[in-house]
Amino acid sequence: MPSLKDLKNRIGSVKNTRKITKAMQMVAAAKLRRAQEAAVAARPYAERMNAVMTGLAASVSGSDQAPRLLAGTGDDRVHLLVVMTAERGLCGGFNSSIARLARSHAQALLAKGKTVKILTVGRKGREQLRRDLSQHFVGHVDLSAVKRIGYVDAQGIARDILARFDAGEFDVATLFFNRFQSVISQIPTAQQVIPALFGGAATSALYDYEPSEEGILADLLPRNVATQVFTALLENGASEQGARQSAMDNATRNAGDMINRLTIQYNRSRQAAITKELIEIISGAEAL
Amino acid sequence: MAGTLQFDLVSPERRLASFAVTEVGIPGTAGDLTAMAGHEATITTLRPGIVRAVGANGVRAFAVTGGFAEITAASVSVLAESAIPVEELTGTLLDKMIDEARSLAAMSLPEDRDTADKLVNDMLVLKTAAGH
Repeated sequence: MPSLKDLKNRIGSVKNTRKITKAMQMVAAAKLRRAQEAAVAARPYAERMNAVMTGLAASVSGSDQAPRLLAGTGDDRVHLLVVMTAERGLCGGFNSSIARLARSHAQALLAKGKTVKILTVGRKGREQLRRDLSQHFVGHVDLSAVKRIGYVDAQGIARDILARFDAGEFDVATLFFNRFQSVISQIPTAQQVIPALFGGAATSALYDYEPSEEGILADLLPRNVATQVFTALLENGASEQGARQSAMDNATRNAGDMINRLTIQYNRSRQAAITKELIEIISGAEAL
Repeated sequence: MAGTLQFDLVSPERRLASFAVTEVGIPGTAGDLTAMAGHEATITTLRPGIVRAVGANGVRAFAVTGGFAEITAASVSVLAESAIPVEELTGTLLDKMIDEARSLAAMSLPEDRDTADKLVNDMLVLKTAAGH
């Protein structure tokens, strides 16, 4: 049975924890709103880009001149996994769910005898994958200094990926990130960027292309990689804050429950001590 | 007003402008072009330059660094890598962009060298055009 002083200290410390988690929750809620706004603001560009690319890809894919970024290297031996996670923890299962998806993906590829290379974005994912997949690491992008994710950050990552592709380091590149669904649900997603895949029906409008279709495609495919990386970063950013908000909300609630339980225990032992003292006094008086 | 088209300027980060215009001047890779209502549906890539949108409320100009434009009979969408209203364009900002383009040109592979150098030159032209 802990002493009254111990219980009091314990309650004090849980109360402090609750203050911290509450504050983190509110900060995450504010950041989430900003991250969501950024994600929404970026949507028109990504959607237009995707629509145009779909049309272009459909018209060029038949020909032999399709660029390698679209047609692939004709091989799928070496896979580059770009694992995007957060720089910070305390956001529930956010980082683990990405790492888990990436790990199972990597193991499936390894089982098929493919070569796997891993580029990590964000410290947490690297830490989680280091234990069993560190021999596959080829690079790391540190975004801890970045306050607000901008297109330049995505461009930097895309340039890195494209340089590796041009150097023939891999055949297929896949992005791993969490797609933001809501505060309580983020979906770990694997998205192939090289060779580019385009979903949806091609627009039927016929365009004049200036310069040629191939020329435009060669110009736009690298941009498209950057755009997809950017979208993934933004989705990830919103997901991270959403996950943190709900994790901290839970933590705050749990701390509250714990305080209630401890307070009851404290009151009971205080009462027990008083009762004991009274009994002692009364029985002492009776003995006289 | 007769013969207007919907003009949208979007950068990866946000939508910069969206309004009705009578004509839009676009710095295409293969040369400048002006789109007016009823223009043939065209997709063109951009070189660094100034997009000039002429609307009911006067002319608005934006400096863009690249990307592409989608032109249809009733709309023009410019998807720019980065776009800045000309009023906010400063010499230092331009110099920064030019430096970046230069360093990219220096890094690029021999076969891409010409394109990268052209980008730098286009930026320099943009700088003179903007009057800095």
